[in-house]
Amino acid sequence: MRRLLLNASAVAVLIVTIFPVYWMFLTAFKPTRDIQSDTPTFWPASPTLDHFVTAVNAPGFWTYWLNSLLVTAGAVLIALLVALMAAFAVARMRWRGRGAFVVAVFAAQMAPWEALLVPVFIIARDTDLLDSLAMLTGVYFMITLPFTIVTLRGFLAAIPPELEEAAQVDGCSRLVAFRRVVFPLLAPGLMATSLFGFITAWNEFAFVNVLIIKDQDKRTLPVWLSSFRDVFGTDWGATMAAASLFALPVLLLFLFLQRHVGTGMTAGAVKG
Amino acid sequence: MRTRSPWPYLLIAPTVAGGAFLLLYPLLKATVISFQHFRMGELIRGGAAFVGLENYVELLSGEEFWQVLARTLAWTAINVVLIVGLATGIALMLPRLRRGLRLALMSALALAWATPIIAATTIFQWLFQSELGVVNWLLVTLGFDSFRGYTWFADGTATFAVLVILVVWQSVPFAALTLYAGLTTIPVELFESARIDGGTGWQVFWKVTFPMLRQLFALITSLEVIWVAKCFPQIWVLSQGGPGDATTTLPVYAFKVARVLHRYDLGSAVAMLTVVLLAIALVANLRRMVRS
Repeated sequence: MRRLLLNASAVAVLIVTIFPVYWMFLTAFKPTRDIQSDTPTFWPASPTLDHFVTAVNAPGFWTYWLNSLLVTAGAVLIALLVALMAAFAVARMRWRGRGAFVVAVFAAQMAPWEALLVPVFIIARDTDLLDSLAMLTGVYFMITLPFTIVTLRGFLAAIPPELEEAAQVDGCSRLVAFRRVVFPLLAPGLMATSLFGFITAWNEFAFVNVLIIKDQDKRTLPVWLSSFRDVFGTDWGATMAAASLFALPVLLLFLFLQRHVGTGMTAGAVKG
Repeated sequence: MRTRSPWPYLLIAPTVAGGAFLLLYPLLKATVISFQHFRMGELIRGGAAFVGLENYVELLSGEEFWQVLARTLAWTAINVVLIVGLATGIALMLPRLRRGLRLALMSALALAWATPIIAATTIFQWLFQSELGVVNWLLVTLGFDSFRGYTWFADGTATFAVLVILVVWQSVPFAALTLYAGLTTIPVELFESARIDGGTGWQVFWKVTFPMLRQLFALITSLEVIWVAKCFPQIWVLSQGGPGDATTTLPVYAFKVARVLHRYDLGSAVAMLTVVLLAIALVANLRRMVRS
């Protein structure tokens, strides 16, 4: 009886959790007449790719897709490199000011980004970086950086320094020891952190709205998707196809890296 | 042992430079603007004049700010209680499930978590659409006939409710999976001995599980408080703070004031007050971090 209750509630949670995502993909594949019928169908009877064609052929789709990918990948890669350096300094070296640096990074993790829209706009304008993907990349890099440092530090702390020392005794330089010994062990951590960074940057909506004003070709997918509704009005098939194409890269990446995510969270959260 | 080597400082140099240019300087600038007369003209020409506390006085003496503040507190409380409650339930449920069902549930949670915010917001607009939305269909099928063609986004309370459901749906997976990961670090022997001593499920949770995960619960709760209170894109895309101002929380209010009214000074003041409020929520968390 308890078993039944447990399984029933698990299935209920499963359905509620998965349904919106399922409904998005299902609607995207449904012919328009099925979308507009009074009783919804919950299984693709005669799937069609028409809506995807509409979404992909909408003005700017490929440009925005590429912009989003460039900005996100750029921000994540720079953040990983910069964070790895900082995390190494924090986890493996003793130096004056280390404690203060750690506290500053923790505080920066909670940075009030929404409060910085106007000043960041002014900085961009005064340095001629309005309507530029470089500025957007820089901002997204900074948004993801503190959290990347904290998480990578957690992973680094979990790798015994003796491994590096042993390699150094065997005649490797410190850098080589790091690359050959620590880096492979750190791979899951790097994957988990880059995934979180990717999601954050891929999602960002407020700054792109403020920093990209005139040059429509520099917009990113979140802005495009939010305006897509206004352009296509009640074409829910096309809207859901567009949303699917927007969500797909993150969903695939997430399912692919899922195993590392749980450990990533605890490394960042618990070991702090 | 402290080294006198320059290496650590070289290694953190890019982080410090990035933080100074894109975080610290904007933060100081926003603080300064909140004490200035800074509108469209000053944004273009520059040369803003200091007005002291004028923006803050205007804000705190008006009725609107207090309404927005009260709404933000309610919004945060409702969401965080639902998120932490549901996430705890799911995290406790996960280890008791058969392997297949557990993996299915975890994958579902991961998918919901990974769905980009704007995509999820668009999906919820579609789920709650008045004529063709599946939610109205379900409610009518279940016998709630008044939901036939019900327009959720015309009513303040209904829009607020939809936003709560959206944010809870998006936030529970992170909290649940993190708590579950924490749960798996507790030695099984602790649960077994508690069971042998005759503890009920409820007692085991309060006497064993919760104390072991106290830090994790504190961390998740304060993170969710900050995220929910700051939550902007969902509300902006779904309702733009409306209808009326039924879903205008502090960040939406700050954005509206700055972007729509071109009152950058007032917008910065709102943002600064939000920061102060969040800092209070954050202090407990930060203290814990510093201690460890």
